[in-house]
Amino acid sequence: MSNPGPPLWLLCELTYTCPLHCVFCYNPTDFARTEQELSTDEWLRVLRQGRELGAVQLGLSGGEPLTRNDLEIIVGEAHQLGYYTNLITSGIGLTEPRIKALKAAGLDHIQLSFQDSTREVNDFLSSTRTFELKSKVAALIKQYDYPMVLNVVLHRLNIDHVQQILEMAESMQAEYVELANTQYYGWAWHNRERLLPSREQLQRAEETTNRFRERIGRKMRVFFVVPDYFERRPKPCMNGLGSVFLTITPDGTALPCHAARMLPGLTFPNVKDASVEWIWRDSPGFNHFRGDSWMKEPCRSCPEKTKDFGGCRCQAYLLTGDPANTDPVCDLSPHHHLVTTMVEKASAPQAPAPAVEKPLLFRDRKNSRALSGL
Amino acid sequence: MTAISPDVRPSLGRGFRLQWEPAQKAHVLLYPEGMVKLNGSAGEILKRCDGARTVGEIVNDLETTFATTGLANDVTAFMSVALEKRWLEIRQ
Repeated sequence: MSNPGPPLWLLCELTYTCPLHCVFCYNPTDFARTEQELSTDEWLRVLRQGRELGAVQLGLSGGEPLTRNDLEIIVGEAHQLGYYTNLITSGIGLTEPRIKALKAAGLDHIQLSFQDSTREVNDFLSSTRTFELKSKVAALIKQYDYPMVLNVVLHRLNIDHVQQILEMAESMQAEYVELANTQYYGWAWHNRERLLPSREQLQRAEETTNRFRERIGRKMRVFFVVPDYFERRPKPCMNGLGSVFLTITPDGTALPCHAARMLPGLTFPNVKDASVEWIWRDSPGFNHFRGDSWMKEPCRSCPEKTKDFGGCRCQAYLLTGDPANTDPVCDLSPHHHLVTTMVEKASAPQAPAPAVEKPLLFRDRKNSRALSGL
Repeated sequence: MTAISPDVRPSLGRGFRLQWEPAQKAHVLLYPEGMVKLNGSAGEILKRCDGARTVGEIVNDLETTFATTGLANDVTAFMSVALEKRWLEIRQ
């Protein structure tokens, strides 16, 4: 049907095992259904086939990729093949021997996540005691001469700490900081009412970030990813499904975006059964949302469809029940009120509801099993 | 824009990697979670920025390779943009 360009971005979610239990995790809430992870050899085959198609940026993620003891082998092969290798980690398990071995294997970059600048909030949101451990890992990353990229997921419970978070990043000599407002998928979707910030909180955080940028100059680049519920036009999610992005989940299922497994009516292939080339070029799951023939109004006749591709299919599905609808973030969507209602509710003075009404659900296997009916 | 002396020896910024990608038929510059696809001249300039050669030597080499003259302004203009974006750095 189509002649797609290369899957420039390959994201390998090596495992769903994770020592943290973050309430905003984008992993599917039914991850406990996943039984068998791909073997080392199967991952190496994915890397080779992806590279032959032109994949060049490799994300190694999870779960916590460091829980796989073959991570060094996977990084080594990826480096040999010419990938730029990005390890996306909580830092838990990144000991000095391992960081040394990963450096030797050719790892290019470590993105370290923090939940907050304070031990209390970090540890509460991840449901662990990890803040000091993460601080030590940050020092190791500098010591081994990696570019330092800190990622902090923002939401209602930590967005007022942006100043302190940026100061923490400065003291760790980070070169890049991503202040990534929560996107509402997986566990975050489940917890959305507790996580969505108010309009006022968001505005303050952006002002603080801009002041910090002016002071720090070129020494640190600060990315502020706005929560798209506050926008009037949708994000060009994945640059359009099946355009540049390919995710392989721990069991080998190939997805055009890490949340796409939720989309109804689509079957996504597994790298155990098919080649990456067939999956990318020919599989129905990857072709379904390519181009614009799937679009409904108002997207179909909209001049902006080539810019935002109708927004996010998963968000359209979660909010409207139909993944082919316009992303309701767009104010041209007949469902836009679903988004604005949530934002207004989060911005009302009495919000949020007390924790006892709907407690935060931590991402762990027990909760996942319960949500999956296992 | 930063003025660039012909005597400095630019190198790729830390964390950046330059490579030829057959699938894109282009040099690309890779960095944490990102990629820039370079046009022909940007690729030719950056692949000579090895921290050993001076800007003057790079300009001479380009003029010789492409049998032309008067490239100095274009090359240094590109280099200042690249420095600004941290694709290049000048180590002391």
